[in-house]
Amino acid sequence: MTEPTLQISGLQVQVGPHKVIDGVDITVQPGQIVALVGESGSGKSLTALSIMGLLGGKLRNAGGTITLSGTPLEHTSDAAMRRLRGQRISMIFQEPVASLNPLLSVGAQVGESLVAHGKADAGSAWSRAVQMLRDVGIPEPEKRARQLPSQLSGGMCQRVMIASALIARPELLIADEPTTALDVTIQAQILELMRRLREQTGTSILFITHDLGVVASLADRVCVMYGGRIVEQADVDDLFDNPAHPYTRMLLATIPRVDSPRKQPLFSIPGTVPDHDDWPQGCRFRTRCPLAGDACLQTPPLEPKAAGHLAACWHSDKVAGMIDHG
Amino acid sequence: MAEDITPLLRVTDLKVHFPVAGEGFGASKSVVKAVDGVSFDVRAGETLAIVGESGCGKSTTGNAILGLNPVTSGRIEFEGRDMASLTRAERAAQWRDLQVVFQDPVSALNPKRTIGQSIEEPLAIQRVPAADRRARVAEVMSLVGLNPSQRDRFPNELSGGQRQRVVIARALAYQPKLIVCDEPVSALDVSIQSQILNLLLKLQQDLGLALLFISHDLSVVRHLADRIAVMYLGHVVEIAETQTLFDSPEHPYTQALLSAVPQPDPRAERNRRTILLEGDLPSPIDPPKGCPFVTRCPIREARCATDRPRLEPIRPGQQVSCWVRAGA
Repeated sequence: MTEPTLQISGLQVQVGPHKVIDGVDITVQPGQIVALVGESGSGKSLTALSIMGLLGGKLRNAGGTITLSGTPLEHTSDAAMRRLRGQRISMIFQEPVASLNPLLSVGAQVGESLVAHGKADAGSAWSRAVQMLRDVGIPEPEKRARQLPSQLSGGMCQRVMIASALIARPELLIADEPTTALDVTIQAQILELMRRLREQTGTSILFITHDLGVVASLADRVCVMYGGRIVEQADVDDLFDNPAHPYTRMLLATIPRVDSPRKQPLFSIPGTVPDHDDWPQGCRFRTRCPLAGDACLQTPPLEPKAAGHLAACWHSDKVAGMIDHG
Repeated sequence: MAEDITPLLRVTDLKVHFPVAGEGFGASKSVVKAVDGVSFDVRAGETLAIVGESGCGKSTTGNAILGLNPVTSGRIEFEGRDMASLTRAERAAQWRDLQVVFQDPVSALNPKRTIGQSIEEPLAIQRVPAADRRARVAEVMSLVGLNPSQRDRFPNELSGGQRQRVVIARALAYQPKLIVCDEPVSALDVSIQSQILNLLLKLQQDLGLALLFISHDLSVVRHLADRIAVMYLGHVVEIAETQTLFDSPEHPYTQALLSAVPQPDPRAERNRRTILLEGDLPSPIDPPKGCPFVTRCPIREARCATDRPRLEPIRPGQQVSCWVRAGA
């Protein structure tokens, strides 16, 4: 059996005494696109930063293991992580313009990781950068490579970010809300590009988003996060057809769809996401969950409910019938 | 038909141009044509949505109606009266009827005032007696689903969804006829969005409010709006009743926009044909001479580059600005 590209087991991240990430397990197989879905404060971006070894400030890694194609990541060693970043794992962010150096030509930025890792001299890095810019669909790449980020649109800057992330052919690309700041017609272009690059290069992608439409459009497999934990994990069709966690079920019910009745009240989840220092004991969704009972005072394990379908809920069997769409 | 009834709001050939410094030292000044000839009506009690991508001029249009942007030319009439002709006092009085809810409730509320004070402020400005103000604050707080006992809380003690409720309560304080809502749910989490959309829907039905709903989110707009105006590069390219627009979009930009929205349905997504547009939005400093969409349009013809199309009726309740679809 082939080794998974990314295997996260029991990841924990703490701020002071609070576990903001509390036992996260994620597996990304080679060539797979896994979506990590959640609302703000669910811990999805922190999970990504943990993989990259980029936790800063008061955040500290408090347990768990992360392996990349079988290699355990040594987050304690800056030098070891620096050898991996941009080389075997790359990351792109929500704000492409803010992620680029405003004073450096985009060609130099795209080729930078090749030079930094000693894979190419400046001249050949430049020509490979131009080729990469062409691959991500930037017209007139020779001309664009000499321009500064401020001379490019937001959608173009995100293409530049993707080009610089993929130039070293990493095994894993982590994309943190890469289309959230973009307009919908530009988002469609970027999603199409990511699909095509995955086909061509076989890069595995961990795609972080809050948008369930984007998930349905791009992902092979989905991890749903709530309160610093993975509450459900399944293949994309299975997750949308048979959600096994009440949070997933309710989240799917809240979004207006192109075929839902207009001007009718939408389903809504009561309450709000609690702050990380105020999470309830046991299941962290129980204060907003209509199925919650005494059992939920104990933390439910993330366990198989069907083949390939994991959920962390004591009442999974009741999820299917919990919302009446009468 | 209701054409002979004066609409609540009528915008006619609105233009908002901003002067900007040219590129490079000594370059002459140029003009950003943020809104370049926009016309529409909002009828009493209806929701008109303006949709479009960033830079299309939808927020500038809303701000011009609210008097927050200077108007370069065109007319904005509220209940049949040209807003440019109003005296200061008349203009101030009009704020009772015309209110606004912005995207970010954090920056819309003064952090040093209690939410009760924030909701009360427009009433104080309109010289409502203090005793009546207190009662009205409690009333509108209940209307938006806040407990009046929370009136002495500060914005930072509330969640994002609750803060947006406060902003909506403040907009309702003086019983307005029209609320301009500029991306009112875009900054909120998915699970909170539906709460606020339900609230707006209920308020509109109960109070007969008209909404000018500015948004980039087509799923939200479809749910809420009676009619939709699609903007591109400072122009309305199509305006139609909501169901008509979704069933039979006519403008190639509307079609591309609708086809680009990913739906939360993996099987439908695999079969979806997205119309991918080439390139990016042209600069509003140097927009195309003819149709604003000509540089990215998959069905353009020769005249589209030279002649500007106008909104023409194409079927009942639908107008489109396109030589190919509706050109005579």
